[in-house]
Amino acid sequence: METRELKINMGPQHPSTHGVLRLVLDVDGEKVMNAESRIGYLHRGIEKLAEHGTYQQAITHIDRLDYISAITNEFAYCRTVEQLLGISIPERAEYIRTIVAEMQRISSHLLWLATHALDIGAMTVFLYTFRERETILDLFEELTGARLNNNYMRIGGVSKDLSPFFIETLYKFCDEFPPHIEEYDTLIRENRIWCGRTKGVAVISAEEAVNYGLSGPTLRGSGVNWDVRKAEPYGAYDKVDWTVPLGTKGDVYDRYWIRVEELHQSTRIIRQCLDQLPEGPILVDDPKIVAPPKEKMNTEIESLIHQFKLVSEGVQVPEGEVYCATEVPKGELGFYLISDESGHPYRLKIRAPSFVHLGAFNRLARDAYVADIIAIIGTIDIVLGESDR
Amino acid sequence: MADITLKQNEQAIVDGLKERLPDLAYALERSCGQLALVVDRKDVVAVCAALKELPAAKFDYLADLCGVDYLGRRDARYQVVYNLYSIPLNHRLRIKTNVSEDDCTVESVNGLWKTANWHERELYDMFGIEVVGHPDLRRILMPDNWEGHPLRKDYPLKGKGQREDFSFVPENERRPARKPVIKSEEW
Repeated sequence: METRELKINMGPQHPSTHGVLRLVLDVDGEKVMNAESRIGYLHRGIEKLAEHGTYQQAITHIDRLDYISAITNEFAYCRTVEQLLGISIPERAEYIRTIVAEMQRISSHLLWLATHALDIGAMTVFLYTFRERETILDLFEELTGARLNNNYMRIGGVSKDLSPFFIETLYKFCDEFPPHIEEYDTLIRENRIWCGRTKGVAVISAEEAVNYGLSGPTLRGSGVNWDVRKAEPYGAYDKVDWTVPLGTKGDVYDRYWIRVEELHQSTRIIRQCLDQLPEGPILVDDPKIVAPPKEKMNTEIESLIHQFKLVSEGVQVPEGEVYCATEVPKGELGFYLISDESGHPYRLKIRAPSFVHLGAFNRLARDAYVADIIAIIGTIDIVLGESDR
Repeated sequence: MADITLKQNEQAIVDGLKERLPDLAYALERSCGQLALVVDRKDVVAVCAALKELPAAKFDYLADLCGVDYLGRRDARYQVVYNLYSIPLNHRLRIKTNVSEDDCTVESVNGLWKTANWHERELYDMFGIEVVGHPDLRRILMPDNWEGHPLRKDYPLKGKGQREDFSFVPENERRPARKPVIKSEEW
């Protein structure tokens, strides 16, 4: 009987590629011999756009990198610019940033869990996780005015303070959420089909995972104890008590329960931050970085000038360069920013975890079965907006 | 270079590197507390290999690799930047190398860190810097038939890649190519 290898195209329009990812698979029967991923369908030139706008304007574009966890992107970018400016932001702002970043991590992981399970065939989880995600998005709407692409953080702090209603609802959420996590778990953790589809699939050793540049839960699934929040603490992460869950086998199943465990940890972080939340300002008191309040602008000429300069010329960042890594839900989001003493970034390189994870896709998918491909796309937790930029 | 004081772990890295590569020419830079090592283009792979192995360095993780275009600002137009991180020792180091416009090539570090594969493809796509020894050097974000390298400073922000410029649009439906509305130098 004649046998031959077959080339199969998957995507870019395919429901389980989580965006516009195109895969070209070389298959020998059921086995994948080579999986080439082609990206760039969502390339918007954010790095180029950032060079042509002011530092503040870039935040709007940065939101649209990983569009399901916009706030953590803003967090990463604002930290980078603040490091170049050499400023530290008020403590209350650090706490608020940590709280919203962890809320965003929960919502991102919930969306991931929902779609990952849906791809593999467990549809019910989707309905439950979206219920809790809704609570978080409603809170974001209350705080920032938007559910996605929030544009909430500013260079030098955050744009709006938490309201009593927000804090009360978030406390309530922290109480109600852990039992819900158990609820999702009972649906899939010991489900035989789920285990069959995830255990022992796409195994990668710790050494190889590091070599391929994996980060975040995808790396920790292989047992590498590295989390930017612990290694290079920022925000309020070093002031609260939490642990980094680690896997052992480095398969899809380990990466799954690590993300579920991170939901518990994020809830812990939020609750402690709310308990410790200090009083004080939420923006740095420096008119060269943060626009003065509206009342002042309407009454004082000096404030009006500051605001005019900030909007027309941008924040003046001293010459220098910095690489700043932040732990976002997907992994290490790094910004390499070069400033030439003007109001625009001279070069902004975005090191997106999804891009790097997709680079390792061929390694994970090779020798797997065709049916496992969507499990592997799910497990590396990609968002194409981020990988294509 | 003289005004840079090295921290203990940085001194150990530099000493180890000197011992391993005695003839190495390098310069040190510091910005925002982060140390950068500027080396010659031909030494990049040797330096990276040494930094990966040295017990004082152990840079097992290539966090990022990217290009920078210093058009009209420096003698060597491009710079390629490697951001290294060590997971066991929790420290970072930046390697930089200058690439001139006449000989726009750099050697691949794909043999050391597999993650470099896609980063180097992006470097080629965005800046047109050829990566010697790369297993699969193609464009990655832009279409294969794209002309030009978007992140070069002389590439305009607007005016390229209008739909009617694509070859798949029939000849009679194409409009004459529009002139760029905004010139990059004006911005």
